[in-house]
Amino acid sequence: MSDPIEAVMASEVTIASDVDVVTARQRGRELAAELTFSRGDQTVIAAAISEIARNILTYAGRGTVRMSIKHDGDRSAVVVVARDDGPGIADITLAMRDGYSTSGGLGVGLGGARQLMDEFELISAVGEGTTITMRKWHPRVHAR
Amino acid sequence: MEVPILKQGDYLIASIQSALTDADLTQLRESLGERVGRFRSRGVIVDVTAVDVMDSFAVRTLRDLAHTTWLRGAETVIVGIQPDVAFAMVQLGLTLKGVATALDLEEGLAFLDSQVKHRRRRV
Amino acid sequence: MAARKVETPAQQQVPIGETSQLLRELVAHLRQNRTQLREEWARRITRAQLLTAMTEAEIFAEATSVYDNYVEALATGTFEALQAYARNLSERIIPRGVETHEVVGIVLLLRDVLARSLFAKYHEDFNKLNRILDAYEPAANRIANTVAVGFVQERERVIRQQQEAIRELSTPVLQVRERLLILPIIGVIDPQRARQLTEQLLRAIRANRAKVVVIDITGVAAMDSHVANHLVQTVEAARLLGATVIVTGLSPEIAQTLVTIGVDLSEMATVGDLQGGIEEAERLLGYTVIPLSEIPQKS
Repeated sequence: MSDPIEAVMASEVTIASDVDVVTARQRGRELAAELTFSRGDQTVIAAAISEIARNILTYAGRGTVRMSIKHDGDRSAVVVVARDDGPGIADITLAMRDGYSTSGGLGVGLGGARQLMDEFELISAVGEGTTITMRKWHPRVHAR
Repeated sequence: MEVPILKQGDYLIASIQSALTDADLTQLRESLGERVGRFRSRGVIVDVTAVDVMDSFAVRTLRDLAHTTWLRGAETVIVGIQPDVAFAMVQLGLTLKGVATALDLEEGLAFLDSQVKHRRRRV
Repeated sequence: MAARKVETPAQQQVPIGETSQLLRELVAHLRQNRTQLREEWARRITRAQLLTAMTEAEIFAEATSVYDNYVEALATGTFEALQAYARNLSERIIPRGVETHEVVGIVLLLRDVLARSLFAKYHEDFNKLNRILDAYEPAANRIANTVAVGFVQERERVIRQQQEAIRELSTPVLQVRERLLILPIIGVIDPQRARQLTEQLLRAIRANRAKVVVIDITGVAAMDSHVANHLVQTVEAARLLGATVIVTGLSPEIAQTLVTIGVDLSEMATVGDLQGGIEEAERLLGYTVIPLSEIPQKS
């Protein structure tokens, strides 16, 4: 039996304006709440989503953020996959370093998001867009 | 969604009601900057009690806001940061360094009173 | 790391249709002989000295449920009901002190008892016996696995709950004066406990409208750079809530760790001991502390 909650709770948000950044992070918070993450961790997840969603907006102009729940034995995760067809990242190490940003300012962005989540994978190439996958785990909540 | 700004004597109080978009935040920064100049306000309180996530853009904008108002002679204090918002912020490395913060509106007003009274300039 | 579910590959020497026909025959046999097989099993459990924490009556009652659920899983080929039952059972017997090896032991004994009865029934037809076992074994193994994993997961859940409770108890945030909180930290801090500490403290600052927090780490033996980072983050987060933090009880070793990770100690308010920290806090809050000796005594 595939978990019915898994199917229902997956959702995708198109990122095309700053309003979508808010929508995406609120959806992420809802998923985190379903897995009974503490309020602090819900905010952490929402902040990480906000950072990468805004990153899409700033560098690619448009993209998608897909959020879902994944179960693995006695733990569950909020999974976030952010995709864009933007210019891609030329130097990934540089982009991930804390404080880096080509558009100036704090630029905490990607490096910050990585700090907040348990798992963080980034695939990008110049001219081929960027895909970021991040997960945060929580002990599984069994339906009683 | 525009943020309501109240004038209370020498102070301006902006209460953020709900989730703000980047555009709203930028708008707030400009509105407050303009009003501080217009009313010659001595202090600004930005109440973020209802804000559920503060990411790098929000922090950047608030810092710019504080800097702008300071250039025009007003001290800014951010009040009402929620415990879990603060928790997420410090993990992201966002410290709002150089910007005054207080627990709530009451504390914010007390802070402004003490600052304005001593005519202390924050560097 | 959670135990992984091991799927034993079904031996496909027999076409699926026939397998299910054999399973049906098997299940019918198990149901017909329910009473004797169950008793045989209960006997074996006692002989193996398992479930000593339970009375004979209790063992028999649970044995009946396990047997019926076992046969049901064999009959339907689905394991959700069994999983739910396993968790349920675990919830009941874990507080009784039943251990993992006992649960695994009794399920394996049942498997053996049933296998033996199959030998007995089909011993004259070796081919048929083989085919029946081909159908029975994968299912039986999966059942044993399901029950064992269910038990272990429940145990882990209980342990986590207890750890959480212990953590909560061992990090009390004390309010000693109005607007002043003290957080004495004792013992080993792992990253998870550090996070919980921070969250608790921040909530307490808000609830008590604290302006000063004294974090005393006299009781902390050692701190690695990760935890030291957490401490720094806690101080910064408290400031975002308008509270000043004074750290007391900093040992030279911990001070060194902080410096190593780049903390500017001149920026962090530190005082030697807790007493001094409280006095400093009171000074910040505007209290004047008068030593007892200076209070005029009534003659």
